[in-house]
Amino acid sequence: MLSYYLQLAQRSLRRSWILSGLMVLAIGLGIGASMTMLTVLHVMNGDPLPGRSAELYRPYLNPLPVDFKHGNFGPDPSINLTWPDAMALLKSHKGVRQAAIAGGSLDARSTAPGGRLQTIDGRYVTRDFFAMFEVPFLHGQAWSQTEDEQRARVVVVTQSLARQLFGDEAAVGQSARLGGHDFRVVGVVADWHPRPLFYADTQERHFSAADNFFLPLSTAADLKLGVHTTSGWGKDDATSLTSPTVSWLQFWVQLQSPAQVAGYQQFLFDYAAEQKSLGRFERPPSNVKLYGLMAWLDHQRLVPGDVQLQAWLALGFLFVSMLNIVALLLAKFLRRGAEISVRRALGARRNDIFVQLGIESALIGVAGGLLGLAVAQIGLWSVRQRPDDYAHLAQMDLSMLLGTFVLAVAASVLAGLLPAWRACRIAPALQLKTL
Amino acid sequence: MEIRPIFASLRKHRIPALLIVLEIALACAVLCNAMFMISQRVAQIRQPNAIDEQGLTVLTLHGANNALASSEIPRNLAALRSIAGVTAAATGSSVPLSGNNWGWSFSTRRDASVNDSGNTTLSLYFLGQDAGKALGLRLLKGRLFSADEYASNHITSGILPQLPVTVVTRTVAANLWPGQDPLGKVLYASPQAYTVVGVVDDVLRPYANSVNLERGYYAMFFPLQPSAYLSYYLIRSTPADRDRVIRQAQQVMDKLNPVAVVEARSFNQIRNEYYADVSSMVWMLVLVCVVMLGVTAVGIVGLSSFWVAQRRRQIGIRRAIGATRGDITRYFQTENFLLTSLGIVLGMALAFGINAYLMQHYEMKRLAWYYLPIGAIALWLLGQVAVFGPARRAAAVPPVVATRAA
Repeated sequence: MLSYYLQLAQRSLRRSWILSGLMVLAIGLGIGASMTMLTVLHVMNGDPLPGRSAELYRPYLNPLPVDFKHGNFGPDPSINLTWPDAMALLKSHKGVRQAAIAGGSLDARSTAPGGRLQTIDGRYVTRDFFAMFEVPFLHGQAWSQTEDEQRARVVVVTQSLARQLFGDEAAVGQSARLGGHDFRVVGVVADWHPRPLFYADTQERHFSAADNFFLPLSTAADLKLGVHTTSGWGKDDATSLTSPTVSWLQFWVQLQSPAQVAGYQQFLFDYAAEQKSLGRFERPPSNVKLYGLMAWLDHQRLVPGDVQLQAWLALGFLFVSMLNIVALLLAKFLRRGAEISVRRALGARRNDIFVQLGIESALIGVAGGLLGLAVAQIGLWSVRQRPDDYAHLAQMDLSMLLGTFVLAVAASVLAGLLPAWRACRIAPALQLKTL
Repeated sequence: MEIRPIFASLRKHRIPALLIVLEIALACAVLCNAMFMISQRVAQIRQPNAIDEQGLTVLTLHGANNALASSEIPRNLAALRSIAGVTAAATGSSVPLSGNNWGWSFSTRRDASVNDSGNTTLSLYFLGQDAGKALGLRLLKGRLFSADEYASNHITSGILPQLPVTVVTRTVAANLWPGQDPLGKVLYASPQAYTVVGVVDDVLRPYANSVNLERGYYAMFFPLQPSAYLSYYLIRSTPADRDRVIRQAQQVMDKLNPVAVVEARSFNQIRNEYYADVSSMVWMLVLVCVVMLGVTAVGIVGLSSFWVAQRRRQIGIRRAIGATRGDITRYFQTENFLLTSLGIVLGMALAFGINAYLMQHYEMKRLAWYYLPIGAIALWLLGQVAVFGPARRAAAVPPVVATRAA
């Protein structure tokens, strides 16, 4: 029966090929535009560390004075931690692992002849960073706890930076000159760039920024290396990074069970209460929060408003296309009143007619889905040509590929429901008389 | 034209009529909002900037020794000035739209604290000697800085300059001291205080504001002696000479600063990079609008053709009893006009609803009223164009159809 319906549908679509073509075109454009934008949203809302993200938490403390007014411009200074707070959390060892992190850029010159000076982005981190985020080491290993404490001049570089600096030679054990200082390479990691770069400061480009070296935070502080963003709120001239009124550190902690999470929350609360009683915090300790990784990304609103607007616009467009399909299918089905009446008179039930017409709309959906896929690929290609931070990520994965088809067929079947229902209610006698 | 028969026949085809109305309404709502977003972004890109954008070349040095800046800057400037066609060369701490922003909060009251809610955040531009000429600043009132001020001013306590003089843009002067003479007024950033000695025409900040365009002009200028803060070289020439000047400046500076990375660009390039994502959004919106109108037109053509086919006999009878071809064409055109009008009314309400939602969640202003008539006219025209073909075909139905067996 199904193959017969398919045959009928094919014949009917071919008979009025202009109308069918227009319908396929409309649904293809609608699906293509919305899938382009939904794919962009999908990659931007992705999980940066699948498998590990559920165990990662970001503590939030608010050391700002009560009368602090956050202006419209610039980030909220309480987003990051101050040096004293980060050090206190780090030394407490309350989590399974924890790391304080800051971003910085250093100049490096390739050893190749005529090598140009380049600015390399990297991170100043504490030791647990590598194990906590499962950074894949290719050679060597992370620096030791002692090296962290002793502010050792050591560095972990990515594979691509190692190749730039040392060519094909083994990098581990060599000396790398970064920002005018010499560091001993202790490890080489794969080019590891989680997307979004969740541990970076909110001001950074989360979708295109890439860290190529990792230095001990204590060493960076010792050498007074520049960091990407700092915000201060002290009344005095507080530009020192160890000041209690300058925030610039990101902090992550690994917690493996609900009990640990609850324990850490209590610990944060007690810490804030203690700081308040010491007079350093002005706000009540109930201000502390502990965000899970995905909740933190959500909180940071990493997806630009423009991208969301475009997604809304594309969905609105898909809706217009669907209304269009409803109208065109209605016209198409009702025009075939005579044919439907003959089939009904020959014994087809209403259900049969309904299924037959449903298959015809599904066929349009499949064709529209194919066209939509092509349109979406063109759309994504054009997004990749754009200069935005996230542009290079605009690629379809398998789930979006299947999603496109499902959406196209679902949209057209849904659009076909009303016309099919109307058409199968045609009274055969009246129509047969006019034949 | 009698419209009662149209209503009578529409009542019989409620669902198709409703679908057209809905489609028009949705198209109208999306179109109005999209046009509004386009115009907002175009206004942002077109925002005037009172410097010599066409003649300005911006050169940056990366990796030079900061400690030597005070001696290297005069040497570099002398070399740049010797390039044929360069009319002025100077240094500055940043340029408009570069993204390299240095902001501070200022008050017109002496006792205000740095966190006071009445404060205004301004972007600070530090200028080396001659930078006014190199940028092409247009002085409206007062003066720029004297050679003495350029030579002696330095930055205290890592943040603010020491000499108590500043020049502000016209918008800053007009908003902070409305109706008053801004010259001699004082801006406080405790413990520093700066007297306004001049007003220049509106120059954009390193970060322009996308919603409140006026805020894009919240900038002020200070003189500064040669130092590492002045990391932008500003080179002015005629627009015709500019591309050659960029090439030569690059060569000259490469030779003088062998360790550093020299990058010379036209200001236009900086501007284009700054607005690149805004203009890509504009093109995306335009594309969606055009395609959506196309799809809507397809829907109207399809439904009208169906109606015409369904009413062949009715049309034949009307023709047989004396209706002219024009009457039939006008019938379908009027019908379309009525449906479109209904759709537009619904669409306007929807447009404001969508706008209100977007205003809540995104950086968006209230939809200006004049987008509604523009959207309405566009959809009326679209409807008439789309229905023209089917209406012509209807008019071509011969009266003899009426006599055929029913």
